[in-house]
Amino acid sequence: MSDLNQALAEKYQGNFLKEVIDNVEEGDMVRMCMQCGVCAGSCPMGPHWEHTPQKIFMMIRANKRDEVLQSDSMWMCTSCYNCIARCPRELPITHIMHGLASYAKRLNLVPKEQPTAKFAQLFWDNLAKKGRVNELKLGISLYFMNGFGEGIKVAMGNQKLGMNMLKTKRMAINEAWGGHSVKDKSGFHAMLKKAAELESAAIEAHSK
Amino acid sequence: MSDKKEYSFYPGCSSQSGASSSNYLTSVTSMCEELDIKLNTIDDWNCCAASIGYAGGGELPRISLSARNIALSEQQHPQQDIVATCAACWLATREASERIAQSTKIKEGTGVALKEAGLEMKNDKKIRHMVEVLVEDIGMDAITAKVKKPLEGIKIAGYVGCQTNRPFGIHGESFENPQYLDNMVAAVGGEPVRDYEKKVSCCGGALAFSEPDKSFNLIKPILESAMDHGADMIVTPCPVCQMNTEVYQDKINAKFGTSFNIPVVYYSTLMSVAFGRSAKDAALDGQVIQAEKLNKIAK
Repeated sequence: MSDLNQALAEKYQGNFLKEVIDNVEEGDMVRMCMQCGVCAGSCPMGPHWEHTPQKIFMMIRANKRDEVLQSDSMWMCTSCYNCIARCPRELPITHIMHGLASYAKRLNLVPKEQPTAKFAQLFWDNLAKKGRVNELKLGISLYFMNGFGEGIKVAMGNQKLGMNMLKTKRMAINEAWGGHSVKDKSGFHAMLKKAAELESAAIEAHSK
Repeated sequence: MSDKKEYSFYPGCSSQSGASSSNYLTSVTSMCEELDIKLNTIDDWNCCAASIGYAGGGELPRISLSARNIALSEQQHPQQDIVATCAACWLATREASERIAQSTKIKEGTGVALKEAGLEMKNDKKIRHMVEVLVEDIGMDAITAKVKKPLEGIKIAGYVGCQTNRPFGIHGESFENPQYLDNMVAAVGGEPVRDYEKKVSCCGGALAFSEPDKSFNLIKPILESAMDHGADMIVTPCPVCQMNTEVYQDKINAKFGTSFNIPVVYYSTLMSVAFGRSAKDAALDGQVIQAEKLNKIAK
């Protein structure tokens, strides 16, 4: 358990809903869920969720902090926005799922080896480096995210795909030696650093 | 159509040279030349974090990314709407703009972050997708008027997908059965599959990378339905939809014992060909699965 997680759990003891409202992206809207289940029925990943969004919202209100934050449910979100488009109460369900996932990650509660959690971090690190995504490096880091041996296997399995992308000039080997970038890298990095500091400071303040 | 319509253009990462939808940008460029649309690229634009950046980035850093692009656009093209061709770029930028407008906390936070990059934003721009420009500013009649080689006899399933359609969508269209992509097919002389029931189903998005097996289960019915309707090809407005439905077909065939080999193109591919541009200008060489019926016309 991280110190921040422990501090927040203690601070909000018995009121996980309040913790979500204070710290999770658009968490204040969780209260508005009327448990109709349209989101659960609309989700393309429905069969793979341990808990559907409808259930997650009720679990938040029922104070099931560990069960929610340690679940891999939120990581099933494909960002298809079906739930947002169909929710009769217009809850920003996609954003709340992203927010819960991001909050769980901040508190080190994500299930180990959760592939989308890993990939999402690789994606962010990739774009944050130079301001633009380097698809070649992202692809390679994705293949090798579960270790070297597994990576070679995955890379071999995707050999034909890679050749197809190269042949159609939709992948470029020279991205490995540099690649696309914003020009004002220092301004870009300073902006991201400040935004991250502000966000962390707000959550840390809630833990005290 | 004498005076050119001008827009502040946000091309996005996947459109860059050597990236997965560089072929999209090639055909968009040709299409816009024919329709007298001038795209002024936002100088020094950055990634929008797409829909998978949330976990690493969190809320404020992610929204700041789009704020920077909007601020640069305000500086460089003050009178012009921002236009994106990528569904995720459009969605992230428009979402950021709305969140900044709705929340004082987000507005103040992005303001402080932007200052670190020497920027500020007014947030008074419209953020639009290229298909909105085509539907609302150009119109189907003007598109038809530019057609030199109608796509006669080609049956095309319009796969709208998710993020061009939800949560914002195109004004006047329903989320569940939007018609504009079919209208575009008809406008260039093709035969749309109007009852393509998988037109707004999810392809798995970024989870095709992290959860390929679960995503292949979603992609298969999208292809299957197009085949069942006798479609010669699929058309889409989204780079992730295009990639997921095209490049994994052999893997899906291996998994399910199917034999899919159906081309997936962009609306801009269809228009470039119908407007009489070359195969190269339409980026037909960017197809992993060749669109033979278009190759024949573009020759």
